[in-house]
Amino acid sequence: MKKLLFALTAALGVALAAQASAADKVKACFVYVGAHNDGGYSEAHEKGRLYLQKELGDKVETQYVENVAEGPDSARVLTQLAQSGCNIIFATSFGYMDSVIKVAKQFPNVKFEHATGFKIAPNVTTYNARFYEGRYILGRIAAKMSKVHEVGYVASFPIPEVVMGINSFMLGAQSIDPNFKIKIIWVNSWFDPGKEADAAKTLFDQGVDIIAQHTDSPAPLQIAEKRGKLGFGQSSDMIKFAPHAQLTSILDNWGPYYVERVKALLDGTWKSQQSWEGLKQKVLLMAPYTNMPADVKQMAEATQKKIEDGFNPFTGPIDRQDGSVWLKKGEVAKDSTLLGMNFYIKGVDSQLPK
Amino acid sequence: MTHLILATLLTVMTAATPLLLAATGELVAERSGVLNLGVEGMMVVGAVTAFIGAQWSGSPYVGALFGIAAGAVFSLAFAFLTLTLVANQVATGLSLTILGLGLSGMIGNGYVGTPGIEMNAVAIPGLADIPVIGTLLFRHDVIFYVSILLVVGVHWFLFHTRAGLQLRSIGDNHVSAHALGMPVLRVRYLAVMFGGACAGLAGAQLSLVYTPQWTENMTAGRGWIALALVVFGSWRPVRVLIGAYLFGAVSIGAFNAQAFGVAIPSQFLSSLPYLATVVVLVLISQNRRLTLMNTPACLGRPFVPDR
Repeated sequence: MKKLLFALTAALGVALAAQASAADKVKACFVYVGAHNDGGYSEAHEKGRLYLQKELGDKVETQYVENVAEGPDSARVLTQLAQSGCNIIFATSFGYMDSVIKVAKQFPNVKFEHATGFKIAPNVTTYNARFYEGRYILGRIAAKMSKVHEVGYVASFPIPEVVMGINSFMLGAQSIDPNFKIKIIWVNSWFDPGKEADAAKTLFDQGVDIIAQHTDSPAPLQIAEKRGKLGFGQSSDMIKFAPHAQLTSILDNWGPYYVERVKALLDGTWKSQQSWEGLKQKVLLMAPYTNMPADVKQMAEATQKKIEDGFNPFTGPIDRQDGSVWLKKGEVAKDSTLLGMNFYIKGVDSQLPK
Repeated sequence: MTHLILATLLTVMTAATPLLLAATGELVAERSGVLNLGVEGMMVVGAVTAFIGAQWSGSPYVGALFGIAAGAVFSLAFAFLTLTLVANQVATGLSLTILGLGLSGMIGNGYVGTPGIEMNAVAIPGLADIPVIGTLLFRHDVIFYVSILLVVGVHWFLFHTRAGLQLRSIGDNHVSAHALGMPVLRVRYLAVMFGGACAGLAGAQLSLVYTPQWTENMTAGRGWIALALVVFGSWRPVRVLIGAYLFGAVSIGAFNAQAFGVAIPSQFLSSLPYLATVVVLVLISQNRRLTLMNTPACLGRPFVPDR
């Protein structure tokens, strides 16, 4: 029985290899953690898939599986996709990481692309976006727009991605107003409209006039709209929820990356890598700059241009919260430091939960 | 400072209202002897139906009525399974929650990302102009007023009417109640549906007042907190009200502490409301006589009438 299985797998492997080397057509498969139309994270990947299909036409066949839970169940879905003839599989959520590595070993001829993870293999690539670049622009806008020189920040979990976002936001704000302050509320959830709304209300009650968020629902912006205050959207354009409050929003844009990787597979140039691209490669975009005077809008656009031209917000001199030197003048932060960031920069007053 | 305290209290009230509504409804069901763990499911179905109802009609009030009706109808499924078919209440309640979460996601699929129609505050003429108290109590949305009236009404019904006494005696001893000629199953059906209607209204509060939007799983565990509050309040409406507001106050207080930069780990502050609940539950259960006096003796037990 075992022998038979082995023979079958080998035959399948040969068949797949033959298919891959021909490479005039590729089957690209996508695994989503939420629904394809969840209005946020998974929908952004779905838009990327549609863009890929449109750009490459009949050179690519695409398929997606939605609502796949993170953890062991994802291995089943990945195996099934690999067996059904997918040449490249985009696993779009962090929690698929171990399943991807496990399944990738069994299917060496299938390419795997894992979003936001950090484990790679000869046929596994990771990809992520430099969201902190967008947050730097938000910080600069906030410093220009706030009358009380303080922002309220609704944060999810104290992980490097979020801490990096807060630091980048504050670097942007400090570049305009060195004494700019921040009030942070951790809601310990990515998505709980009620809690996010409560946090936003509390921040406004305590006197801030602008809020930023690193949680996923439009609830904080709705509170801003109701109170006649300002805020920033997250992941998608939330202007419908806050036509008078949203200043801009950081948007995920995976389409160009998907096209690039599938093209590489078609050309036979696909290699394992750790991709972390940003505004320059248009992996993230900014929603239209609204509800601000023309000069602030100009400033925001200029900042965006500067980052697209290669400026890294994490360029020294930058001190840590305790006053010790982190980056000397002109020194640029290493990606590995950013991806493991567990400290605040100077000017953030609150304590980082550990 | 006064402004901050007042604003915080208002935030607490909005946060406590859905808990209060759902818990009061569940209290009535449990007093009749039925343990319905499906509060979360009924709440989320109420939320999505209320949202769609408001979109369809253009009025948040019609939406709220949709939510109430949906909660009641949904709870009817539970009542039929557990009362008529005598299925296990715990298992059925849990599946009602799971079903509700899935069903609401499916129904609301096309409404994600649509701004909701908000139910605005209604100032009560005369009373609303009293300084401080007017702002605090008489400038709310209609669902808030309903939640307070509901507590008063349920208290009056349970402890000051004949029908309420019947309901409680059915919950305490359904065999004797049946022998005395009381319609055990009919009363339980009505009590469960009342609980469903209240949970539906709690859901409507979420999608029309608290955060006027629809997103999958937007109840985020509030149904379970409501269930805990019923025990917390030892099956008495006024204590449930105190519990709900205490829970809201601790949650919002923790946020305030964070924003003030109090050096306490946010994870600890986030767990405070739950810790407080556990502590109170422990304190209550210390007093066995009091617990026994208030716990419906037939809670969760099936009843098959002998003909």
